[in-house]
Amino acid sequence: MIGASVLFLCLGTALILIRALSGPTLYDRVLAVNSVGTKIVLLLGVLGFFMERPDFLDIAILYALINFVATIAVLKFFRYRSFQVTLVRRDAGDAGGR
Amino acid sequence: MSEFLSTISEYWTVFRPWLGAALSMLGGFLALVGAIGVLRFPDFYTRLHAASVTDTGAALVLIVGMCLLSPSGLVFVKILAIGIFLFLTAPSAAHAIANAAHTAKLEPVTGRFGSPGENVEEHGG
Repeated sequence: MIGASVLFLCLGTALILIRALSGPTLYDRVLAVNSVGTKIVLLLGVLGFFMERPDFLDIAILYALINFVATIAVLKFFRYRSFQVTLVRRDAGDAGGR
Repeated sequence: MSEFLSTISEYWTVFRPWLGAALSMLGGFLALVGAIGVLRFPDFYTRLHAASVTDTGAALVLIVGMCLLSPSGLVFVKILAIGIFLFLTAPSAAHAIANAAHTAKLEPVTGRFGSPGENVEEHGG
C-alpha cells in the first residue's frame, strides 16, 4: 500500500511536470514548480517508509524550506525585475511602491 | 475496565500500521487527482485552485498516515515539523501566486466553456 502511494506520487509529479514544461503563462510554470516541490517533499517522506529506513526526513524538511523561499523569490523577481527591492509598503495608497 | 483498555491497546497496536498505510495511499491518490486537475483545467485560476486545495489536503492525509507509521519519537517529531511547515507555507505560496497573477492582469476565462479562440489554449476538446 505504501508502494501504491509512491507510485501515485510519481505519476502526479510527472503530470505536473508536463504542465510545467507546456504552461502557457509564467504563473502556470511557477505554480507547477511549487506543486512539484510539495509532492517531492511528500514523496521523500513516503519513500523513507517504503524502504524501511526513514532517514530522508531531514532532506524533506530542507526541501520544504527551499521550495517556499524559491517560489516567493521567483515571483518577486518577475514582478520587480530585481531582487533588491524591499517589500515594505511605503504608503497605503501605493501598492508595493510601483 | 482495565481489561477493556488493554484490549483496545492491542487492537490499536495491530491496526496502526494498516491505518497508516491506508491513509498514505489515500493521500497519494489525492495528489494524483490534483495533478490531473492541474494538467486538464482550462484556466490558470482553476489550475491554481486544483493545485492548492489538493496539495494541502493530500499533505494533511499523508502526514497523518506517516505519523501513524512512524517507529520512533524522533521520526514522529520530524514528520510533524514537515506537516506544520507545509500547512503554513502551501496556502501562502498559493496566495502569493494568485496575487502576482492578479496584479499582472492575467484574465480568467469567463463564460460557458470559455470564449472560443481567445485565451484558451488547445486542450483537445
